[in-house]
Amino acid sequence: MIHSLFLINSSGDIFLEKHWKSVVSRSVCDYFFEAQERATEAENVPPVIPTPHHYLLSVYRHKIFFVAVIQTEVPPLFVIEFLHRVVDTFQDYFGVCSEPVIKDNVVVVYEVLEEMLDNGFPLATESNILKELIKPPTILRTVVNTITGSTNVGDQLPTGQLSVVPWRRTGVKYTNNEAYFDVIEEIDAIIDKSGSTITAEIQGVIDACVKLTGMPDLTLSFMRWESERILSFIPPDGNFRLLSYHVSAQNLVAIPVYVKHSISFRDSSSLGRFEITVGPKQTMGKTIEGVIVTSQMPKGVLNMSLTPSQGTHTFDPVTKMLSWDVGKINPQKLPSLKGTMSLQAGASKPDENPTINLQFKIQQLAISGLKVNRLDMYGEKYKPFKGIKYMTKAGKFQVRT
Amino acid sequence: MTSNSFAYNEHSGGGEATELGQEATSTISPSGAFGLFSSDLKKNEDLKQMLESNKDSAKLDAMKRIVGMIAKGKNASELFPAVVKNVASKNIEIKKLVYVYLVRYAEEQQDLALLSISTFQRALKDPNQLIRASALRVLSSIRVPIIVPIMMLAIKEASADLSPYVRKNAAHAIQKLYSLDPEQKEMLIEVIEKLLKDKSTLVAGSVVMAFEEVCPDRIDLIHKNYRKLCNLLVDVEEWGQVVIIHMLTRYARTQFVSPWKEDDGLEDHEKNFYESDEEKTDRKKRTYAMDPDHRLLIRNTKPLLQSRNAAVVMAVAQLYWHIAPKSEAGIISKSLVRLLRSNREVQYIVLQNIATMSIQRKGMFEPYLKSFYVRSTDPTMIKTLKLEILTNLANEANISTLLREFQTYVKSQDKQFAAATIQTIGRCATNILEVTDTCLNGLVCLLSNKDEIVVAESVVVIKKLLQMQPAQHGEIIKHMAKLLDSITVPVARASILWLIGENCERVPKIAPDVLRKMAKSFTTEDDLVKLQILNLGAKLYLTNSKQTKLLTQYILNLGKYDQNYDIRDRTRFIRQLIVPNEKSGALSKYAKKIFLAQKPAPVLESPFKDRDHFQLGTLSHILNTKANGYLELSDWPEVAPDPSVRNVEVIELAKERTPSGKAKKENPPKKFYSESEEEEDSSDSSSDSESESGSESGEQDEEGDSSGDSSEDSSSGSGSGSGSESAVNKRTAKRSSKTKEKGDSDDEEKENEKSETSESSSAESSSIEDSSSESESGSESESKSRKVTKEKEKNTKQDRNPVTKGVSLLDLDDFNPVPTPVVRPTTALSPSLIADLEGLNLSTSSSVISVSTPVFVPGKTHMLLHRMSGKGLAAHYLFSRQPCIFGSKMVSVQITLNNTTDRKIENIHIGEKKLPIGMEMHVFNPIESLEPEGSITVSVGIDFCDSTQTASFQLCTKDDCFSVNIQPPVGELLLPVTMSEKDFKKEQACLSALHLLSKPR
Repeated sequence: MIHSLFLINSSGDIFLEKHWKSVVSRSVCDYFFEAQERATEAENVPPVIPTPHHYLLSVYRHKIFFVAVIQTEVPPLFVIEFLHRVVDTFQDYFGVCSEPVIKDNVVVVYEVLEEMLDNGFPLATESNILKELIKPPTILRTVVNTITGSTNVGDQLPTGQLSVVPWRRTGVKYTNNEAYFDVIEEIDAIIDKSGSTITAEIQGVIDACVKLTGMPDLTLSFMRWESERILSFIPPDGNFRLLSYHVSAQNLVAIPVYVKHSISFRDSSSLGRFEITVGPKQTMGKTIEGVIVTSQMPKGVLNMSLTPSQGTHTFDPVTKMLSWDVGKINPQKLPSLKGTMSLQAGASKPDENPTINLQFKIQQLAISGLKVNRLDMYGEKYKPFKGIKYMTKAGKFQVRT
Repeated sequence: MTSNSFAYNEHSGGGEATELGQEATSTISPSGAFGLFSSDLKKNEDLKQMLESNKDSAKLDAMKRIVGMIAKGKNASELFPAVVKNVASKNIEIKKLVYVYLVRYAEEQQDLALLSISTFQRALKDPNQLIRASALRVLSSIRVPIIVPIMMLAIKEASADLSPYVRKNAAHAIQKLYSLDPEQKEMLIEVIEKLLKDKSTLVAGSVVMAFEEVCPDRIDLIHKNYRKLCNLLVDVEEWGQVVIIHMLTRYARTQFVSPWKEDDGLEDHEKNFYESDEEKTDRKKRTYAMDPDHRLLIRNTKPLLQSRNAAVVMAVAQLYWHIAPKSEAGIISKSLVRLLRSNREVQYIVLQNIATMSIQRKGMFEPYLKSFYVRSTDPTMIKTLKLEILTNLANEANISTLLREFQTYVKSQDKQFAAATIQTIGRCATNILEVTDTCLNGLVCLLSNKDEIVVAESVVVIKKLLQMQPAQHGEIIKHMAKLLDSITVPVARASILWLIGENCERVPKIAPDVLRKMAKSFTTEDDLVKLQILNLGAKLYLTNSKQTKLLTQYILNLGKYDQNYDIRDRTRFIRQLIVPNEKSGALSKYAKKIFLAQKPAPVLESPFKDRDHFQLGTLSHILNTKANGYLELSDWPEVAPDPSVRNVEVIELAKERTPSGKAKKENPPKKFYSESEEEEDSSDSSSDSESESGSESGEQDEEGDSSGDSSEDSSSGSGSGSGSESAVNKRTAKRSSKTKEKGDSDDEEKENEKSETSESSSAESSSIEDSSSESESGSESESKSRKVTKEKEKNTKQDRNPVTKGVSLLDLDDFNPVPTPVVRPTTALSPSLIADLEGLNLSTSSSVISVSTPVFVPGKTHMLLHRMSGKGLAAHYLFSRQPCIFGSKMVSVQITLNNTTDRKIENIHIGEKKLPIGMEMHVFNPIESLEPEGSITVSVGIDFCDSTQTASFQLCTKDDCFSVNIQPPVGELLLPVTMSEKDFKKEQACLSALHLLSKPR
């Protein structure tokens, strides 16, 4: 399946290579560089690039291209999903996934990659299992290792690999038993010029941090959930994503903010007017915070002179990116950003108004109305500490103007 | 050779280390000499020294640096001799890093690599499975042809290893060996065949991968494992699932007939207009009934649509697309749309697949139209794919919404995308005639757009549209002619010229003028435009030679001396054709017809149109060319190949269908299937255990027929079984796949017991309705006590039927090596059979068989009504394993009711009962009230008719009614009895007679 992996940074240097079968020369990446050049932007590099003898499948994350070389037919998603799993694993191991971090930890990276694939076929991709095989580096362990000469490599076969519950190691022990759940919902929406919703969806996830002794069997009961309203599971140890869900029925999706905008260019003058106001709507009494407004202005805009009623704003005249960090929305005094845009003299007015992208957060609210009623634990005797948090965020939230 | 032997060398200089390196390699390769020329000689010397030190920490440091070099792609091969010595290091991290090094360079240093082989051979025998597995992994990764026989041997041994993890690694090694030496194919296929029989979920994915790589055409190896793979699928790790699903898709396309005929009925119907409807449906019913195995695959893959792994979801989606009835494929759209939220790369692949699907089956994705709306932040490639899908989904109903959406896109700052949108509008205009004019008008408006790319694209699209509609569009053409002054994009200029040329008679005033202008700028035009100028000239010459003759000749002269030979060529050709001279041939007479012929309009179609012949989800589909190793998806066979090939050896078969035993083999599949239908119905409502009970009768027959097979099987499946139990073992291992929650086949004994219990229950339930008190399966009397204790763990319990008439069936084959002709009646007994059985007087046995009291009553209760759903009323039930006071055939069930609310619950009673035919239930007396926090236990009796059918009834309070179900595990239907071995044999003998009697039925 996967022959080789090359890690390429944004300046086009191959800074790591790993081969699972015969060595494939790194010159194969030339085809990739060609495609990269053609694409101009990193995110437009096609994920699948055929070359005369190989196929290059790549993912782009954290400003690094992970390029897998394959030789024969394989479901492309198989490779892509795996590459993403590799990135996730690195992130899990080192906290961040970046070129310097990978270079610093090249041995661990190599050991992990060695375990993840055998002959190009995934062997161990569960982070729980991997962490038992190769312990993630921590400052403490590095110190201990230098003193005692012990290693990062576990000498036991991870018990999970063979158990009925491969995702959970056995013999977990904690003095404080706790289980935390975060219900995070993201609203993806496109709002049109007039403020009506074109599409709106909710993408929800429940992330969990479960540190419980033994082999607990958990049951979450929901207020609204399919028909049975119950979800029963044996959790992995530590942090994991319990589930993700999708609410696509548009009429079920409440839109918690609105944006009032008036952006106008005039043919005659080289000045344009710009004004936006952000306000709350259907927030169930919760405060909207962490509001950030970004907008890609048309090329013709040379500069902007704006005054925000609150927060800070920046405009990058090179990338034409306007960014306004609003902060909290006070319903009594709606934040607004007003001013003028100076346009290229002589150029005709841009024919498109910019799209406004919105980010925001609402604590203690799941906009879909999903609510966890209770958490029960079976199979173990002790009483765990339980906690649940809700949060609604903007996902891909766009307002067309 | 170990590093220790060189320890004395530590203090000596680098020179000696080199020497040693040479010494180690003296006869083989001059790697030392290499070093002399290497630029970083010093550094490597330093590493060599560290590797030869006797301190692990130094070695480890060195290895880490070497791995760093490998990672950067630097050549570290000259260190091979120094590194390979450490392969036997005690330090596990050093060892691992040496492995990494070995795998990387062994191919280049084959002879030196051989030095490490013995270490691996030793490790292959290590008691630790991790070490065995990793030794095999590295051994098989060393691509050195000389060790092929060693690898082959190691693979063979590992494939029989007790640890499934080692067996998994063996499966991986198969592919490695195959790529190293394809000559080994036949031997490897044998190993694959063996591993395919493996019941461990750990192995399944890897061995199927090996199968796909080594012998994908040996579909016959799959037959016997087909059902097992289907049933194991949910428990296999995610990557294995993808591989298995793809393989099973191909398999299904060769083994089953198309389920689509039915769906295509509508089209068929139109074609066969003259056929009468009735005849038609009649024939269809007769011709198509889905093979239960086909259904099994479709059913078992469905839950995987919820996988977190996009590749798994896509795999199931393509399976549904390629093999499910069209009416059922709809469920995949939702899952695919869900994936669109994922990373850019996943989106890219999924959208491509949706694009192909949406051409063929529009309806599938229509409800999700808005999910394909483009966001300004999407990468261009995602935008264009979404656009493609939107175009495919456009129809009369949604086109107006879509066009409005497109209007936004056209204004996008991403001009490439805006251009693609214009193309799209053109396609919508040609596909949906109602909006052609609207689109055309819209596009004409775009001609005054400021962006040249947009205008150019519009021109090109308008040209295509006008060509389709030869009606009067003089105004548009005039408008476009004006554009020639401003627009510079060659394609657009060429399009305008072509359009004017084609319609030169409609715009007689403008056309010559355009030609005049073009003649002026000819030399500076793009080649594309020059060709069209020539064409325009020729057309005008033919229609309006008076005004344009000179102009055309001027242009032809310019063309004659053009730098581009295409243009010179075209010029010569046109001149010969249109300008009459003595040499001109017969063709010039037809010049006008040639140039001004009616030209067919271009068909605007999706670039995804021709992709559907590739299996979806594959690389070939994305590339739209056959990738290496692409396996063609065959067309459905006209007639299904013999479905019984899947029966032969596998038990799951019986789980799914009739336990008709012998009959199955003797009769051709036709009968088999008719029976299986019935079975399927009943198994729907019944539990796992029910199907288990079904399973083993099938097996019994197989035991009888193929004892050879079974022994082989049991050896691979388990180590524990004693000789006489081989059947049981086998069953055990197989069943483990079914009852995933009970764990893998590791726990052999437990499983043995379980199967025995279920077996006896099935026997009882299937044969004699008033089962004897004496019967009880007890196939091995000596194991009885063990059995009872084991039952604790499973909370099963025998039924209590104090009637002493009749016998139960036993697993004869556990005792009789001689095949006994056995026919099992189906689980649900027909009344007439019961009557037959009752007619048999077997009272002799009653004296020696006595009912024993249950040794163990499990305290485990089952949830009847959760307090959440019962508005505070919770109910649990428990099989008390006591004789039921309400009736001899009844099983007593204790129901404990709890009030978890803070107010009284009044009038708790059983309401409407929905029992399957034949089942009876004795209800408890209504409870007047239950205090808060109060609890009360009542007992009911249910006659389950010796089946595991569900008893559904309503538990009512004063205000509410809650529907609840009780489904008994097989074990709870049994009656525990004690009998001597002699009696047992006697019973057994009677039984076979019974079977003989019942056979003619």
